[in-house]
Amino acid sequence: MRYLPLQPEDRQAMLGVIGASSVDDLFVDVPAAARLDGPIRDLPMHQSEQAVERQLTALARKNQAASDQPFFLGAGAYRHHVPASVDHIIQRGEFLTSYTPYQPEIAQGTLQALFEFQTQVARLFGCDVANASMYDGSTACWEAIVMARRITKRGKAILSGGLHPHYVSVCTTMARFTGDVLETSLPSLEGSAEKEMAKLIAAVDGETSCVVVQNPGILGRIADLSELAAACHAKGALLVAVVTEPVSLGLIRSPGEMGADIVVGEGQSIGVGLNFGGPYVGLFACADKHVRQMPGRLAGETVDAAGQRGFVLTLSTREQHIRREKATSNICTNSGLCALAFTVHMTLLGEKGLRDLATLNHALAVEAVEVLTKVPGVELCSDSFFNEFILKLPKEARPVVRDMAEKGVLGGVSLGRLYPGVEALEKGLVVAVTETTTRDDVQALAAALEEALA
Amino acid sequence: MTVNPSGWRPEAPTNDIDAAPATFTGNKALMLEEALLFEIGSIDRTGVDLPEPPKVASRLNGLERNRTIGLPGLSEPEAVRHYTRLSRQNYGIDLGFFPLGSCTMKHNPRLNEKMARLPGFADLHPLTPVDGTQGALALIHLVGEWLKTLTGMPGIAMSPKAGAHGELCGLLAIRAAHEATGDARTTILVPESAHGTNPATAAFAGYAVESIPATAEGRVDLDALKAKLGTHVAGVMITNPNTCGLFERDMIEIADAIHAVGAYLYCDGANFNAIVGSVRPGDLGVDAMHINLHKTFSTPHGGGGPGSGPVVFSEALAPFAPLPFVEQHGDAFVLVEEETVAEEHHEKAFGRMVAFHGQMGMFVRAAAYMMSHGADGLRQVSEDAVLSANYILRSLEDVLDAPFGASGPCMHEALFSDDGMAPGFSTLDIAKGLIDEGFHPMTMYFPLVVHGAMLIEPTETESKAALDQFIGALRSVAERAKAGDPALKAAPIHAPRRRLDETAAARKPVLVYKDPPLATAAE
Repeated sequence: MRYLPLQPEDRQAMLGVIGASSVDDLFVDVPAAARLDGPIRDLPMHQSEQAVERQLTALARKNQAASDQPFFLGAGAYRHHVPASVDHIIQRGEFLTSYTPYQPEIAQGTLQALFEFQTQVARLFGCDVANASMYDGSTACWEAIVMARRITKRGKAILSGGLHPHYVSVCTTMARFTGDVLETSLPSLEGSAEKEMAKLIAAVDGETSCVVVQNPGILGRIADLSELAAACHAKGALLVAVVTEPVSLGLIRSPGEMGADIVVGEGQSIGVGLNFGGPYVGLFACADKHVRQMPGRLAGETVDAAGQRGFVLTLSTREQHIRREKATSNICTNSGLCALAFTVHMTLLGEKGLRDLATLNHALAVEAVEVLTKVPGVELCSDSFFNEFILKLPKEARPVVRDMAEKGVLGGVSLGRLYPGVEALEKGLVVAVTETTTRDDVQALAAALEEALA
Repeated sequence: MTVNPSGWRPEAPTNDIDAAPATFTGNKALMLEEALLFEIGSIDRTGVDLPEPPKVASRLNGLERNRTIGLPGLSEPEAVRHYTRLSRQNYGIDLGFFPLGSCTMKHNPRLNEKMARLPGFADLHPLTPVDGTQGALALIHLVGEWLKTLTGMPGIAMSPKAGAHGELCGLLAIRAAHEATGDARTTILVPESAHGTNPATAAFAGYAVESIPATAEGRVDLDALKAKLGTHVAGVMITNPNTCGLFERDMIEIADAIHAVGAYLYCDGANFNAIVGSVRPGDLGVDAMHINLHKTFSTPHGGGGPGSGPVVFSEALAPFAPLPFVEQHGDAFVLVEEETVAEEHHEKAFGRMVAFHGQMGMFVRAAAYMMSHGADGLRQVSEDAVLSANYILRSLEDVLDAPFGASGPCMHEALFSDDGMAPGFSTLDIAKGLIDEGFHPMTMYFPLVVHGAMLIEPTETESKAALDQFIGALRSVAERAKAGDPALKAAPIHAPRRRLDETAAARKPVLVYKDPPLATAAE
């Protein structure tokens, strides 16, 4: 078997050293009734690399990859072009096959890259510090709520209607068990960013630990968070901002700049790819004063015995392997390799590249809106947007999306899929446009929409 | 004999490394120093080319950025060199033996990487209409079926993102099951030898945590466990094989005692590599167990993730598994999400743990691994992993203290203590000495029940020659520690860095790069 180096004579020699007559002797503590007498039946035997490749390739071919047709899906996962060198770097064995950097003298590569990642994320979000990543945006969002509870010692969080419904679902699931109180609401096709902010400002009170607001919101709208931040602070609450499309921050003012205390996000857009939903990379940043309440790993600068600069994991007294049940979180493994992909891609972009990429995304989206709103009966519901907007169709969007998919256009995400059973949203279609979208793609979508609506 | 046209003849070196003059660059041949991105990049430099955007009226609600972000860029050759140089300061399985106990650092097959990058998996959006994702759903279903069969358990949740997230999933299912019968229980019992994630997860799920002591031979104290059991106990988290490297031989009796008070048995599956294909946890009375695909099923650790932690469930807990999940209906695969819960009779599902559907990229890698090994290969995996650990245990117990060496064979990990070292010498010194020998050290100071613990997990992907070299190296370093060799306190001396000051790092944390003041930068 190609992955197992031990030969029969090795095994015999090793058993001799151990003083056992067969490997069965080593399983002597397993209750006899539970030790299987041979390979598990009902599973196939080992196969060649070629045989495995053939079967998995056949499965992959049964999927509609984004690049197979005009593609407009977003809603928390975005298709961007990832430079070839990103995947090359993350496949280097020294990165790919290393572990969490517990032995810093031989893990400076990972640690320095994480230090760069933390700095990039903190600057992008407009915060003092960022951690070395979380699982994804949705779990980072819940961790931010828990962190706000610890800091404010209050148990009520207010979630904006603009927060991704899966994120809301993750938080309500957790809150049901932890006893946190969450106030949630639905987004409205007729609303605006300003109306949503006013609603949240009115809702924040002396019991509120935090207000959680996504920017741009699930309906694409972009809000000025400054007044909301001030209102939160006036009541002793924190403002938690969520960013699901970090490319937007190449153009839009960062949440930290607008007063957010904790900024979390999904970093998938930069370096990671779609991957049918995972692995992704959670981003987590906050103000200096809250760093000891932060979940997750942190790389920090120090010196070695010879006085040379180096990096280590630090402030680990927050973490589960030291603090056990008193830890700030149970997180252990995070999303290290995706964080590296994010950092390499961000380094390739640089500020200029990120701004240009964001400008291109926005411009193409604005152009697409002009084309798509000419389709009879289709109207725009996002008063402002970055690279994603909501169209209101004259009928339920979900079957329209299916129709278009059958005809070879992945035309967007229906709000019906994200908000099942909510009639007021069922005509909404989330359309994302990125640098990968061509003008021909937009024409194809317009034609497919027109046909599906006819 | 080869001809040497230059006429130069090698001589034995006369001076040691420390006496060698410093180089101008600070580099030492292939050991290259590399500055931070923020010291070598600039905000107007980029490694991407983008087309000119069309001119449009902005729709950003007047919220354009008006200040610089401070994100330096590099051209592609500079970026590739920067990160390649950094990579060379890292140890990885591809370079050598990585016996980090509890972490299962086995070879990561490259077929897995290739398969995960097929566009049908890697370039697939999670909200693609389900008719266009049948291959992906089939793959998730396939991995789930393998895991259910290998564990002998009927239910599964695929979405948890890592081991600790899987633990959380298991405990929430336990809570949901108790709540469904109106039974409010408050406490989770955890052995003192458990991974730190166990008590942390129980607390994160809203439970009180109580500790169960171990016996002198390193196993769960069954009598102490029984004394703590009661109707306030929601569940017990047991790691089996445990973190002392031993199989909990009373596991079935433990399960019976737990079930007798209406509680559930959670098994931490971090050590599944010891028993995969040889023992099914379902046959031991386990109700829920997470499986680290990044341990047993060879998906790469990547410097700390991403992982993947699917959870298998017993009949009793299966209905409470979280959304989403994949079901096979005839030839078609269905993704059960919020809207279809009621119609698919899954109304007991406790909710959702992540956006979208879990770590698809890891599922593909794990599938490639499982199909490559098959039932016969996976059984060989656990047998070879256990054989290799016992070989290390018995080859070194004359020089290192094996606190549970008399408790019978170990499973896939060999545990030693620092008993017998010279005064002032400990596990840390041995670990750093191993670095100079070209190995990644074992897990240090865990489990907490053993003084100066050294937990060594060889895995099944090491040759006998590699094991023998490690045994020789560890013997040599241990003898130096016992003899009190002062040079060992300076180790490592051949790594990219000497020992790093972790105390200083924590006292005054520097977690992000701060640009030097402008006056200095201009110099």
